[in-house]
Amino acid sequence: MERHLMDSKIKGVSTGTTILAVTFNGGVIIGSDSRASIGGYYVSSKTINKLIQVHDRIFCCIAGSLADAQAVTKAAKFQISFHSIQMESPPLVKAAASVLKELCYNNKEELQAGFITAGWDRKKGPQVYTVALGGMLLSQPFTIGGSGSTYIYGYADAKYKPDMSKEECLQFATNALALAMGRDNVSGGVAHLVVITEEGVEHVVIPGDKLPKFHDE
Amino acid sequence: MALSNVLQIPTSGFNFENVAINVALESLLEGGHTKTPKPMKTGTTIAGLVCKEGVVLGADTRATSGEVVADKMCAKIHYISPNIYCCGAGTAADTEKTTDLLSSNLTIFSMNSGRNPRVVMAVNILQDMLFRCTGASLILGGVDCNGNHLYTVGPYGSIDNVPYLAMGSGDLAALGILEDRFKPNMEMEEAKELVRDAIHSGIMSDLDSGNNIDICVITKQGVDYIRPYQESEYKDKRQKRYKYGPGTTSILTEKIVPLDLEVVQETVQRMDTA
Repeated sequence: MERHLMDSKIKGVSTGTTILAVTFNGGVIIGSDSRASIGGYYVSSKTINKLIQVHDRIFCCIAGSLADAQAVTKAAKFQISFHSIQMESPPLVKAAASVLKELCYNNKEELQAGFITAGWDRKKGPQVYTVALGGMLLSQPFTIGGSGSTYIYGYADAKYKPDMSKEECLQFATNALALAMGRDNVSGGVAHLVVITEEGVEHVVIPGDKLPKFHDE
Repeated sequence: MALSNVLQIPTSGFNFENVAINVALESLLEGGHTKTPKPMKTGTTIAGLVCKEGVVLGADTRATSGEVVADKMCAKIHYISPNIYCCGAGTAADTEKTTDLLSSNLTIFSMNSGRNPRVVMAVNILQDMLFRCTGASLILGGVDCNGNHLYTVGPYGSIDNVPYLAMGSGDLAALGILEDRFKPNMEMEEAKELVRDAIHSGIMSDLDSGNNIDICVITKQGVDYIRPYQESEYKDKRQKRYKYGPGTTSILTEKIVPLDLEVVQETVQRMDTA
């Protein structure tokens, strides 16, 4: 029997998701879950990569339609790389975020993808930028996004402190992801965290069963 | 949008050609009363997995047109390059033509660069071609200098790198078998049996999948395309030729009416067959 994919707002595979980025003293942590779903009822991937590296010290995480997000980040990666070669220096995080914003804004009728860009550059150090669905670009000390973010606005607002240490920040991000994944059905899998500092990039993966538990059992 | 040279950077910006196609289809089909065709998992079970020595791809061989089986021995595993094969589910036209186009472009690339294409290159080109295309879901598997790879190209053009996978209308049944018995770095024989069992489960549980099972094994040494790997137990014993000999239908009456045709104009054009 032919089965049609349910009429969900996102066409095709969606990254109904929880993504976040937080600055700390000396760097920035960007994190996401790893679930991709279709139609809100079928998990098409338990291990999808939502943290895309667009340059040496700049990552962006994706939310919304997976196809649109992958297409945008592909184009953005190329443009940022080209820009960096022309300028003969690593790109600014703001430049990378602007590239994404231009792509989202100019194609806003057709595309359904949102991004969080985070990274480190020489000029301003660690930064976090949100590029929303319609192409709005905003700079914030920390930001959360995706369908799972609605469940953790309170937690994030209450627990965030400026100038945290790397360990405190990791704990904050892990807790936030765990709480969101616990309540949102389209977020889940493992927690991916990337720590970006001047020295380099460190990838931390926390499997589902090692995530902190909050009154779960 | 055939790429004569795949090393050429494609035009900047997005290619929303497929969206225009969807809109055109909408207006053509029943004067605008039908919505854009939703991605349909039309009659197929395809599966693939990565094992120690390579990649194993499997597919059923039934092609349906509505409720009728249109082709009992259709080939769903398409050749892309000597080291890459692709299973296609969805609209047969989309999957066949896209894989054909990809195969031609990669052949040109191989001639230009002198090497076999990498699987990641094939999947990136596929993603560009199938952006926003609802008709095709593909499983791309191959072996290259970086190892054994299995990729999925989902509806609307999203890609993912996975160790095992099933797609098509029988995917849930096949995925159940794969989830239960898949282990990383399996031996070749075990892997072939697992893919066979997964496709078999899809065939048993899904009305639109059926007939025989094809298996394609890709390793560093070469490709073994076993078609069919297993034939269906339900083979028809009917004649395949439905030709009626002359005299089957008896002629009762015969009436011949000559047509009066006037020659209005006659032109003679000489062909130069030098």
